Amino acid sequence: MQITLSVNGESHALDIDPRTTLLDALRDHLDLTGSKKGCDHGQCGACTVHVNGRRINSCLALAVMHEGDEVTTIEGLGEPGNLSPLQAAFVRHDGFQCGYCTPGQIMSAKSMLEEFGNGWPSNVTDDLTAAPDFSDAEIKERMSGNLCRCSAYPGICRAIRDAAPDEGMHKTEAAE
Amino acid sequence: MTEHLKMDEVQPRLLDETTQGAIHRPMPRPEGPLKVSGRATYAAEWKMDNAANGVLVRAAIPKGHYKVDASSVEAMPGFLGVYTDRMPRNAAQGTMNTNPAQIGDEIQYLGQPIAVAVAETFEQARDIAAALKIDYDRDDDVAAGPDTAQQVNEKDDPFDQGDLDRAMADAAHSVDATYTTKGHNSAAMEPHAALAVWDGDKLTVRASLQMLGYNRNELADSLGIDAENLRLLSPYIGGGFGSKLGISPEAIAASVAAKELGRPVRVVMTRNNVFETVVRRTETRQRLRLALDADGKLTGIGQENWQSNLPEEPFAEPVDLATHFLYAGANRRYGQHIAIVNRSAAGSVRAPGEAVGMLALENAMDELAEAAGIDPIDLRVANIPETHPENGKPFSSRSLAECLRQGAEAFGWSARQAPGARREGEWLIGMGVASAARTNILQESKARVTLNPDGTALVETDMTDIGTGTYAILGQIAAEMLGLPPEKVTVELGDTDLPKASGSGGSWGAASAGSAVFLGAKGIRRRLAERLGCTPEDLRLQDGVATGGNNRRPLAELMDAPLSEIGHLETGAKSNDVHQAGYGAHFAEVAVNTVTGEVRVRRMLAAMAAGRILNEQTARSQVWGGQIWGIGTALTEGLDHDPRTGHIVNNDLAEYHVPVNLDVPDLDVIFVEERDDDANPIQAKGIGELGLSGAGAAITNAIYNACGVRVRDYPATPDRIFSHL
Ligand code: FES
Ligand code: FES
Repeated sequence: MQITLSVNGESHALDIDPRTTLLDALRDHLDLTGSKKGCDHGQCGACTVHVNGRRINSCLALAVMHEGDEVTTIEGLGEPGNLSPLQAAFVRHDGFQCGYCTPGQIMSAKSMLEEFGNGWPSNVTDDLTAAPDFSDAEIKERMSGNLCRCSAYPGICRAIRDAAPDEGMHKTEAAE
Repeated sequence: MTEHLKMDEVQPRLLDETTQGAIHRPMPRPEGPLKVSGRATYAAEWKMDNAANGVLVRAAIPKGHYKVDASSVEAMPGFLGVYTDRMPRNAAQGTMNTNPAQIGDEIQYLGQPIAVAVAETFEQARDIAAALKIDYDRDDDVAAGPDTAQQVNEKDDPFDQGDLDRAMADAAHSVDATYTTKGHNSAAMEPHAALAVWDGDKLTVRASLQMLGYNRNELADSLGIDAENLRLLSPYIGGGFGSKLGISPEAIAASVAAKELGRPVRVVMTRNNVFETVVRRTETRQRLRLALDADGKLTGIGQENWQSNLPEEPFAEPVDLATHFLYAGANRRYGQHIAIVNRSAAGSVRAPGEAVGMLALENAMDELAEAAGIDPIDLRVANIPETHPENGKPFSSRSLAECLRQGAEAFGWSARQAPGARREGEWLIGMGVASAARTNILQESKARVTLNPDGTALVETDMTDIGTGTYAILGQIAAEMLGLPPEKVTVELGDTDLPKASGSGGSWGAASAGSAVFLGAKGIRRRLAERLGCTPEDLRLQDGVATGGNNRRPLAELMDAPLSEIGHLETGAKSNDVHQAGYGAHFAEVAVNTVTGEVRVRRMLAAMAAGRILNEQTARSQVWGGQIWGIGTALTEGLDHDPRTGHIVNNDLAEYHVPVNLDVPDLDVIFVEERDDDANPIQAKGIGELGLSGAGAAITNAIYNACGVRVRDYPATPDRIFSHL
């Protein structure tokens, strides 16, 4: 099938097998291998990308469903020498070890901060009518769709907290 | 030139004399920017024009024989071939150095790789693999688990000593308890992948592997080719934890198919493949016996274990590894029973032995402390042996008591109350402690170090970084020795064309490969000292300037061409004459819900003593990893097997529960200052597995302290607690 995918602000014409997932289209057809495949079943979060500004597991989406959508991958956030605040904070706080879950963690974290800013509640929010606290429990709950077998969770949380102000997380008050 | 050292003698602490300040301090990983920006290239991700894609085909029966009918799929779009040749039954065991079992048309477990389907695209290959017709000749005589196994291999332990039965009968206090642990999967986030390319007789494979030197021989042997003709590349590895120690089916399949097709072939395992065809940690049943006299001294220790594996698979989980040396006691007995089963191969998963053996030992110590009315820390400290209790060897540096005491202080252990005493609403709160111990091993290693006149340096070795921090620490060691800022040192890893190091496994990588880099840099220092006209002992190198014998010169004036040395470390008498191990103490505070039996870990602290700490940040991350694996082992992780077929039924990340972010509180790590002079010339010991040893036991001991329920069957899921509340 002929489709056009818009990724990181660039438009790509692709001739693609309709069975191809968005993740495989990025990795195998566009050479954007920053998005990782950890399970191919929506279980690990390694493939997290943004579609129209929201995080999704790209292994659970078919590429052909996203014609006309704006896709952002980890490559679109920053590069060595010009890292985004979250990326730089992950390096500073050792928010990873092997690095395989990391692009997914960072894409997820970026969306999560926005969800916070928009006042979205989570499973651990006590008061659904108030702005959620920027607490550890809230961060951890909202990041629990991204597995890290190296178990860098403490570093991931520290990195997110540290980068939050620079990522525009200012609509809610930081607890602490 | 080569700077060689056989570790027969204690070496001077040169890294305490150097002044660059590059080592020990927390330093972010140099490869970090590549990883956080998605630019580090893992095995499956190398761009290779014309690469075909292969998908492994799994056996759908647990036992019998099979034949594939390739004609059933030949007409499918993109079909290139179906290959069964040389397919291994499972991955090779760590340091095996030869081919894993290749059993032809025989099937010994459900999920065994039996063929690879290759097509132009991944999507096509996946459908071909699913559609492929396979004729099975099924054998119904299946040993689905240890209970139904007909063959059980017994292993006598040479260290059995004294009379344990007598010690138990005479004891003032004793424990005789049986513990069980389910199997575990490494579940590294990057599934195994290989991309094989032939050029005439020469084969290059990009794969995700922990120990390239061994893997090269294993793959060459599996294919029947000369290892000289094989190059492996593995610069970035998405986690290993034992699962990538040995060559595995996807690399052999990709190599065979690439040869047949005359074009590059990529084979990437599915998550199910990873669960089934690599290695699982065996389930265990363990009987622990501890005998204590009226003075609070251990008089006997027994640990007998039951586990399982495939026929002829050369691995047994060394369950009692740490029990042999951790505590005193004259009467000691061990035993091992390995049931031969039709289940996936058992092999090394992070901290083989201690990961499960220390759960039982440290739970039993907690039970003993309770029975004797002694504080669990005091009981442990009082029973630290003078020398190895079975062979009398002296110990190298051993800060177990310091770890227990410093950890207790930092954790606030004195606030611990009696079981059931601390309640917050519907939650009961408790604290637990456990010792940590992990045998320290040194392995032969080589590395080339090159110093350039412009004040940059290069470290080259086939060593791997599986997330452990190798890029960081090898650069730091070279920088410290050569007097350069660490950012001036480039580290090249993961290529069998480079000098052969230990590989990553058994927690020996940092000390072994690190010592090789140290030696290479030491050779360069010797040559610089000659040029400066001083002794190597008098040479000071810092920020690109050499000082010594009243001379002070920038490096550029001492050299007009690069200086290169190969550091070569060999194990020596110290590995035999002295018992070496890392030690530590784990503390946990948990909350147990009295309504549901749910356990939440509230905080954990690890006090670790592992010789010189090379990089506080990457070492801390390794310990975090161990603590969190401890949470998984204690509370959530366990392989479940179909009782009819032995098949792993929870063979994915939705059903096999590794800890998620919300399962993990913020964690504390303390490093107890130590140098291990007997270990190696950099006085460092491994830490990656030490962090896991005992961690889960601290949690289950805390569960007991919270609510009075002794969980002896792992993992401690709510049903196993709730029913006893
Ligand atoms: S690869 Fe998409 S969630 Fe795991
Ligand atoms: S950094 Fe390795 S899995 Fe997260």
